[in-house]
Amino acid sequence: MLFADPIAAGPAAIPQDRRALVSLRDVRKSYGAFEVLKGISLDVGKGEVACIIGPSGSGKSTLIRCINGLSPIQDGSITVDGQEVNDPKLDKLSLRRKVGIVFQQYNLFPHKTVLENVMLAPLKVLREPRAQVEERALSLIAKVRLTGKERAYPGELSGGQQQRVAIARSLAMRPEVMLFDEVTAALDPETVKEVLATIRELAAEGMTCILVTHEMGFAREVAHHVYFTDGGVIVEDGPPDRIFREAQDPRTRQFLSQVL
Amino acid sequence: MLELIGPFFRDLNDRTGWNFNVFYDPYEYGRFLAGAATTLQLIGWSLALSLVIGVLGAWAQSARSRALRWGVDAYIQAFRNTPPMIQLLFFYFGLGAFTPAVDMGGYSQPVISSFAWAVIALGIFGGAFNVEIFRAGIEAVPDATLEAAESLCFSRLQTYLYVTLPLAFRISLPALTNNLVSLAKTTSLAYIITVPEMTYVLNQVWSDNLNVPEMMLVLFGFYITVVTLLAAGLHAVERRLVLPGYGR
Amino acid sequence: MRQPAFQLGMARLRDGGVLRGLRAWHVAVVLLALAVSLAAAATRLGTLGSPSSALAALIDYAPFILRGFALNLAMSVLAMAIATVLGIGLGLMQISEAPLIRLPARFVTHLLRNSPWLVILFLVMYLLPIEIRLPGGGRIPLPDWVKATLAFALPVMGNISEILRGAVRLIPTGQWESAEGLAFTRGQTLRYIILPQCIRRGIPPWMNWYALLTLSTPMASIFSVHEAVSNAQASMEAAGARPELLLPFYLFLLCLFFVYIYPIAVWTRLLERRYAVR
Repeated sequence: MLFADPIAAGPAAIPQDRRALVSLRDVRKSYGAFEVLKGISLDVGKGEVACIIGPSGSGKSTLIRCINGLSPIQDGSITVDGQEVNDPKLDKLSLRRKVGIVFQQYNLFPHKTVLENVMLAPLKVLREPRAQVEERALSLIAKVRLTGKERAYPGELSGGQQQRVAIARSLAMRPEVMLFDEVTAALDPETVKEVLATIRELAAEGMTCILVTHEMGFAREVAHHVYFTDGGVIVEDGPPDRIFREAQDPRTRQFLSQVL
Repeated sequence: MLELIGPFFRDLNDRTGWNFNVFYDPYEYGRFLAGAATTLQLIGWSLALSLVIGVLGAWAQSARSRALRWGVDAYIQAFRNTPPMIQLLFFYFGLGAFTPAVDMGGYSQPVISSFAWAVIALGIFGGAFNVEIFRAGIEAVPDATLEAAESLCFSRLQTYLYVTLPLAFRISLPALTNNLVSLAKTTSLAYIITVPEMTYVLNQVWSDNLNVPEMMLVLFGFYITVVTLLAAGLHAVERRLVLPGYGR
Repeated sequence: MRQPAFQLGMARLRDGGVLRGLRAWHVAVVLLALAVSLAAAATRLGTLGSPSSALAALIDYAPFILRGFALNLAMSVLAMAIATVLGIGLGLMQISEAPLIRLPARFVTHLLRNSPWLVILFLVMYLLPIEIRLPGGGRIPLPDWVKATLAFALPVMGNISEILRGAVRLIPTGQWESAEGLAFTRGQTLRYIILPQCIRRGIPPWMNWYALLTLSTPMASIFSVHEAVSNAQASMEAAGARPELLLPFYLFLLCLFFVYIYPIAVWTRLLERRYAVR
């Protein structure tokens, strides 16, 4: 039930339920005097795959970190499944349980094995029975094609393997939306493919995903909706075909001509 | 044991005059064993106390209360930058003068023995170094790893217990080993407040028997052995806890 | 790519860059605390019925104790000089290519580093003669304070030897190879290329060992060398050996050492951080 058969290519049909799962309204964030996000609004529906592209330093990663409350915002609102992220009364844990995040640097726990990394949060945070957690963890590890590596430590794995463990670790919390923060940026080209394949399968199964990525080909293939950000604002957004083929804004065109 | 080594050392004394009487004379042998036991207990308790102080102090330094942080800072600076010997004298004579004595039927005995004062003073001295060692270890745990824990819904306490502490402990271990070994050596200072540990006992032996060079050799051998074993034990812990794939 | 953030953290720890700097107010806070407790102890004891307050006795005898402290400082400087010269020599022997030189040097270093200071002090005090007879008939007397100075130099010598070995080992092999390529001899390579690079790295630990050495000099009081602790104890005797003297006198001694050592510790940290950044 967690995963259907992988679909080779192309975005899955967007489900009928277009109710926004993640919704940002005029989000502003600054570090001191430097404003990183200058009023960002976007909606991601259930089962939708949204890709955020743009030059470095355009606030993409900050945006994604704000969505699960790792960075507080100064103005505007972010809601996930109807819950206001920056509501001080909000139980941060109940929010984060719905939002999984995978980082560029994997950030696995280096003193725990692969299996322990995946099991730790469900055991300690969700307090689920060990047998049940272990069964799910093993199936997730199989899912990211790391069966046989359960007892290995993160330091013994390649970057791509570590990143797939990080994805399994996030999925073990059964999130409703997954955030991917430039997850392939630190990997060598060979292992990028393994990680992208894993994400592609997730997307095909209907997991709501928000990706910050530099892999334009992948974004074009897997996304339902692409957002181009520059200088802290969304310059242009739309279906991948339109953005990649007939971008309206000169900034978008310039960026795409440089990276494609 | 004495039956086994006694004849050899008695023979050595008879033939060469090398008088290792702690290894053949039953009375001196008993003193030697008692001294060894006291030293080992002193090391055990002092190290344990210093570790407890180290963990509590490092935790207090991350506390929100400014007064608490200042207090811990002042404690570290005060004890790191003054002579441990005077600290011992200060505790034993200075503070010991104020602790009540209990009547033991005819004679009175202070509630805190010289052994206990030595443990307290040495534990506090060593703890001052441990606080800094643990704190440095905690600060060396990368923020990104803690952020990952946070995004997996761990609470502050859970992150501290399952991620920060295990990693900080591993990072701290080499420095911690150095400090604990050094503290174990420092326990010989308890001699000056008449704790009957090895240094004190062998001093009595050589005063009674005028065999200074031989007993000096025994004293050296004893401490080198204890320190080497302690260091080997701690290194074994380091090896056991090594993170595969890191630090090569 | 294996979690560089974590390795960076480890590297920062090794370089000491993580250790937070000390702040000037530390001195103020600690001194204030000590002064307050000193005064409190004095007044409290004064009210306990001693005719002349303990503080007054302390002020009377302070110059005498300070004279003793001067000897502590003299011993520490002298011992450090000896330890530095001998330690560098022993360290160079440790990195020698000849096993006959290297192995004994390793053994001696290990011995000196792993023996308690007090045990080394006993050894030197009991086993060194009170004077050295020169072949020509001259005699060099060895007073107790000189013997104690030698004793304090020994463990530090072992540690300086180890600092040198560690520092040389951390120099990349490329340095040795390029020197060899320029036809330097091994001695020349050490003299002109390797050791100069070790000095900067070695200074903070060297200063740290100086502080530890100074903090050990009170042990000389066990052999009645007239340094600060001996003089303080003699002063307490002379002032009537009242128990209420103990707390203020020992506190005063602690403050003396603190005032001297703390700035050195702060300076050491500063250098450590400066060199860690590079």
